[in-house]
This record gives sequence, structure tokens and C-alpha cells, in this order.
Amino acid sequence: MFAYIIRRILATIPVMAVVALFVFSLLYLAPGDPAAVIAGDQATPADVERIRAGLGLDRPFLVRFGEWTWNIIRGDLGVSIFTNLPVSRMIAQRIEPTLSLMVITLFLAVIIAVPMGVVAAWKSGGWIDRAVMAFAVLGFSVPVFVVGYVLAYYFALGLDWFPVQGYTPISQGFGPWLSNLVLPAVALSSAYIALIARITRATMLEVLQQDYIRTARAKGAGQRTILFLHALKNAAVPIVTVIGIGVALLIGGAVITESVFAIPGLGRLTIDAILRRDYPVIQGVVLLFSFVYVLVNLLIDLSYTLFDPRIRY
Amino acid sequence: MPASGPGARVTMLQRRSLMSLAAGAALAIPSLARPALSQGAASRALRFVPQANLANFDPIWGTQYVVRNAGMMVWDTLYGVDAKFAPQRQMVDSEEVSGDGLTWTFKLRSGLRFHDGSPVLAKDAVASLNRWAVRDPMGQMIRAIQNELVVVDDNTFRWSLKQPYPKMLLALAKTNSPCSFVMPERIAKTDPFQQITEFVGSGPFRFVREEWVPGARAVFAKFDGYVPRDEAPDWMAGGKRVMVDRVEWVVMPDPATAAAALQNGEVDWWENPIADLVPVLRRSRNLNVDIADPLGNVGSFRMNHLHKPFSDPRARRAVLMALSQEDYMRALVGDETDLFKLMPSFFTPGTPLYTEQGGEILKGERNYDGAKRLLQEAGYTGEPITLLVAQDQPITKAFGDVSADLLKRIGMNVDFVATDWGTVGSRRASKAPPSQGGWHIFHTWHAGADCINPASYTAMRANGDQAWFGWPNNSAVEAARDSWFAAPDLAAEKAAVAEMNRLAMEDALWGPTGFFMSYQAWRKNVEGVVKAPIPFFWNVTKS
Repeated sequence: MFAYIIRRILATIPVMAVVALFVFSLLYLAPGDPAAVIAGDQATPADVERIRAGLGLDRPFLVRFGEWTWNIIRGDLGVSIFTNLPVSRMIAQRIEPTLSLMVITLFLAVIIAVPMGVVAAWKSGGWIDRAVMAFAVLGFSVPVFVVGYVLAYYFALGLDWFPVQGYTPISQGFGPWLSNLVLPAVALSSAYIALIARITRATMLEVLQQDYIRTARAKGAGQRTILFLHALKNAAVPIVTVIGIGVALLIGGAVITESVFAIPGLGRLTIDAILRRDYPVIQGVVLLFSFVYVLVNLLIDLSYTLFDPRIRY
Repeated sequence: MPASGPGARVTMLQRRSLMSLAAGAALAIPSLARPALSQGAASRALRFVPQANLANFDPIWGTQYVVRNAGMMVWDTLYGVDAKFAPQRQMVDSEEVSGDGLTWTFKLRSGLRFHDGSPVLAKDAVASLNRWAVRDPMGQMIRAIQNELVVVDDNTFRWSLKQPYPKMLLALAKTNSPCSFVMPERIAKTDPFQQITEFVGSGPFRFVREEWVPGARAVFAKFDGYVPRDEAPDWMAGGKRVMVDRVEWVVMPDPATAAAALQNGEVDWWENPIADLVPVLRRSRNLNVDIADPLGNVGSFRMNHLHKPFSDPRARRAVLMALSQEDYMRALVGDETDLFKLMPSFFTPGTPLYTEQGGEILKGERNYDGAKRLLQEAGYTGEPITLLVAQDQPITKAFGDVSADLLKRIGMNVDFVATDWGTVGSRRASKAPPSQGGWHIFHTWHAGADCINPASYTAMRANGDQAWFGWPNNSAVEAARDSWFAAPDLAAEKAAVAEMNRLAMEDALWGPTGFFMSYQAWRKNVEGVVKAPIPFFWNVTKS
């Protein structure tokens, strides 16, 4: 297993290299000019040209790519064109809010969606099942930003239970930290809950038809034991897979949620960088997201061994 | 709706604490109490939502308005304009100009200090002016006629010229970006096309760099060593007295979130609420809503003079004959008629030099048939017209939609390029034919403060290759501009600007799409907010 983990980690290197080349090329080919943004609307073309030269953006593709790759190999993500701050520092400033949002969203989604899916499968065809499925359709259909606005309107502006926007670092207290994250996490988790609940229900329905479930019932096992010990454990592999795939969904959703709730996370950093054409920041963030995604996939693969003893690496 | 008043704020905090505690109990987590924030601490921090993200902080290298606005807090200027657009002394104690107008001698006020505690000396002012003059249009004019700019003594410097420059004080006082901010010499020696790395200011606020999260937050603390002037505050002039401990800029990309945060008391002042949300804000009894900047903005329909059909002035005039400013303005602000004015002019309405000379082409019924005929005369045969429209800017999006309709009405074949502002900013610099990556038309807008006279009005330059995007070439317009710079009095200035406006209209240099203003909103416990082209934070109090 250890050798497998090492092999998988080493396999991320070519993946990251391809991502790096792709992102760099895409940004090089994409229209837009950070120098024009920096110079301001009143600047003359000559001013823009001099700023571009000052930033080194007038150099050939290969020279820029070579320099960037060499820096990446040395662990240096570069410096933001706009802020003049190291990209690694900008990412470090923003990683806590995004990580917090994703962890709470995942937590909420799993503790709500999995029992919902299990109960829906157990009561298949009944009103509980229909209600769960209706919720799932709603969760998929209503955009995250709409859910966000509705929540903010009722629970922040109306009831005054939570703040409308912002983020408080956990170092300033667990209460304020959680208070700022409840509404965004609920908004972001709505689609995710729908996805996991549906998959859990479908998988559980299949598992509940299996012979060993009938055997367990014949042996007199209780309903809860059958559902959560025998059935859910055997349905876990596809559910965990979907949770992993959902991390990508969360990254995309975080971009929107962070904007709606003014959370200074990586999602907003990415959007700002794209709009301004801050190439080093875009490249750094995309590399980070790719790495996280590869890592999550590895963790999911490893988690299969916990649920299915037949799987060995 | 949220509760109001200081007492209610405490209640709100307590309720949130309870909520947090309840959630904590449910999750079996020891404590969720919010940190205590005293009323005093809250009232000493003014939380402001700026128009845009402060992504960089060198107001000479980057000339975006948001950088200029932040720069105004941190760096002081030698002079500053007042609400009558008149230059007034700020860091300067006195100035002397020789009889022939060729030598200016400036003496600095005593007691001025940088944020690192060092005194502001003449060498700092000289280095700052040298850096500024490379980037600023007026500064470039002065450099072109400069003999020398030298230090006389610690508090005095001299600028000697080859010919008189009557607008010297205006150049040093104006609000247009870049402003002539005074930085320490070692920082001001940075190449003006490279970003500075140290932010040591001379103004009433200190930039708290360690709390800067670009894209999210910027903090400015009161600088105790700042010595304000004795005069009453008046825009950039007079005594800049800081009444709060710190100003926190909270960047909010989403207007609905900013509106909710303002109503909820999470922020105190919002620089630019969008018109759609203003009715909601007006309904709140805790908020004031008023015009932000009386000088507003001038919308622009910019044409490329290098390529057919707009290389022919008849084609450009055809557009102006059909252009309805009211259509553009209503697309932008809807029925808020107080927010716009029609302006058959290139200059800001309501300002001393405003003129409608030559503006008949923009007045009265729109003449679509006449425009079609003129286009035929200009040889337009239906080739695609590349219209660049930045969809991520509400203003340019609204203008682009109206323009597409206008061009179709006069028989033009529109190639509507829906893109973002970053791409427009890059593509507009291309002189290539529109079919090869160039362009015919793009939209933007100019701050009305930039359009009150020709000083920094780059969009009005008509010096061909050196001109602003679109590259108009009209020596008569340039000559009229020069005559404004040489004008000895207001009457002569008015005559020069009227002639410039007439010539520019005749040549259809570009199309003004109307004058529009925007609102600002702030909580009623904040006082001292003024209507100005820049949000001024001095003399603003929060109770």
C-alpha cells in the first residue's frame, strides 16, 4: 500500500506538468492585457506599452514559460503583477476561508444527505422518499447564489441571526468563525446534499435487494443495524466516489458563494485575478486546485480499502 | 429589517452570541462566544465599501481611480483643488513666480513628516515631481519646457522653465490621476513604469500594509504626526483632520451584498450603490443616500479614426446625427432622471468652462435618414462594424446594447463582440484592421472631474499616433487646446474651450453619450461625507 501511495504521488508530477503547460499556454493565447488595466483608462498606448515592458510581458512565450517553470521547480509561484506580493503569500492569506467553507459544507452535506438517502431508500415509494427527491430536484435546480440571497435576506437582514458577509479567522474565536460561515455553507451545500442524497438512495435501493440483507433480516437484525451497518457500508464505495467528485463542484461553487457573501477566499482571488489578467496568480491557484483534486482522488481510492476488504493496493 | 442604533447593535451581537452558543452546544463544542467589541472601538473604525478592489498601491504606476482615492489618504499633495476647482496651498507654505513667469520657487510648510517619522524635505518633493511628471499629461508638458527642477534648501525648491506655464498650480493641485503625491526621495526615485515596494506616506492616514488583503480589505490608520492646515476643509484643500482611528476598506464585488451589509450596520459607507438598489436603501431609516460626485461622468462612444468607415469624418458625423443621449442614459439609470443630463458638449455640465458651441449635431430629433445618406457619401458599403462591448461593466454593457441598435438603425452591419473589460483594454490598443484583431468602436466613460478642462482630458487629444485610443488627428483641435493652456484669464479660457468643442464636434472626434452621476450611501451615524470626485475621509466622524 505504501508503495502504491508513493507511485500515485509520483504520478501527480506529469499531471501537474500538463496542467501547468496547458494553463500557461491558455493564458498566453487569451486576449487581455494586465498592463492596460494597471495603466488606467486615461493612459496613452505608449504608457501601456512601457508598463508591459516593465512587467516583462513583451518577452517571447518560451522565455516566459521557461522562467516560470524553473521558478515552480524551485517552489516559487512567482509574484503578482498587480500587488507585487508573492503568489504563495496571497494564497496563504486566502486559503483559510475557503478551506473552512469547504470543510463545513462537506460536513453539513454528509451528515444531512447520507441519512436522507438511506431513509428515502428504506421508505422507497412513500412520502418521505418523494419529499427527499423533491428536495434533491430543488437543490439541483436553484442556483447557489439565489439560495445565498434568500438565506441572507431572512436570516441576516430579517432575523439578524447571522452576519450578511465577511469572514472571521478561527484564531479570533470559534463562535464568530462559525457565525460567518453558516449561511454560505448552507447555501453551498444545497446542491451537494441533493447530489449525495440521490446517489445514496439509488445505491441503497440496489444493496437492499441483495441476498445478504435478506439473510440479516432472517437472523433478526434490527432495521437500524441492517440499514447503517450492513447496507450502508456496502453502498459506501459509490457514495464516497461522488463525495470526491463533488469536491470539484465545491471549488466551483465556492467561487460564487465567496462573492455573494464577500468571503476573502481562493474563489474570489481566482475571479479577481482572471478579470485583471494577473497571470502568476491564476497559474498558482489553478496549480493548487489541480493538486488538491489529484490528492482528493488519491484519498478516495485509499478509502475504498476501508469499506471493501476485497480491494487491495 | 435590522434593528437600529447603538443599543440595538449590542442586542444584535448578543443574539448572535446566543445563536453561536446554541450551535456549539448542539455540536458539543466548548465555546462559541463572539469576541467582545466595545462600542468605542467600533465607532473609531469607519468601514467603507470602495468602488473597486485596491489591487495595487502605487498611484503613479497605476492610475486607476481606486488607487488614486487610496493614495489621497496616504500621500499629501503640494496643492489641492477646492470645491470651486481653484488650486489652494496644501504642503506648500508659499510660492513665488518671477515676473516673466519662467521661474517658480516653492517653500514647504514646516513640521511636515513622513509616516516613518522623517521630515518632508525639498529633495523629496523634487524627486516626487520628477516621477509624477513622466506619467502625467500636464507634467509631461512642463517637462517639455523645463530648464531645471532643483533643491534650493531643505524647505525650498525651484522649477525654472523655458516658457511660461500659467497652469502650474492647477497641475500640482488637480484631482485627475496621477496626482502629484509627495513620497520620500528614496521611493520617488523608482522608475515611474515600475511599482514602488514601500508605502511611506506624507498624508493624514497611514497604510497598514500588514492588514492588506488585496481583493478583500485595506486598512488606513490615523497618522498622529500629520499637521493639518488651519483653513477649513474644502475637498483636497484646507485642514485634513482625521476624526476616526482607522478606515477599513471592505471590498464587496456583489452590490446586493454591499446593500445588505450597509443596512445591517456591518459597513458604514458605500461609495457607489447601483441605481437598481437605491430605492431599497432609501427605504431604510438608518441610511442617507445622496449624489456622490456632482462632477459625475461623461459617457463615451469611441470610434477608430484609422480604419474605414470612421476614417472619414462624414461617417463619424453620421453616428452623431443619430445618437440619442437620452437612450444611453435611460439604459443606464432607468427613470432616475436626476442622475443624468443631456450634454451637446465634450465638457462637464455645470462647470465654468462648459460650452455647447458646435453641439447642434447632438440636439433635437435624431436624423436616421440623414445619417444613412452621410454614410453612403462616406463610401460605407455594409462591411462589418466591430463593436467591442465589455459585458462585465454595467455601464459599457448598457451603452453597447444601445449602440448596436443605433448602428442597425442607420444601416450598419454590426459585429457585436461581447467580451470583458480586460479584453477591451487590450484590444483597443491595436491599430490593426478590425478584421485582423482591431476594432471600430468601444465604449467607456470619463470622470467628469477629468473633463472640466483640457488639462488632463486625454480623450480630447487629436495628435494622431500620440493620441488616445482611436487616434484622432486634427491639428486645429490641438491648437485650440494649446490656446487654453496659454489663456491668461477665465474669459480667454472659455473662448479656447468653446472653439475646441466646436472643432471637435465638427470632426466628430468621438461621441459623448451623456452626463451621468451615481449615488453614495452611508449610515446616519456617519457625518461629514461630502459630494466630491473623490471620497474624502478627513473630517468624517462616526458616532
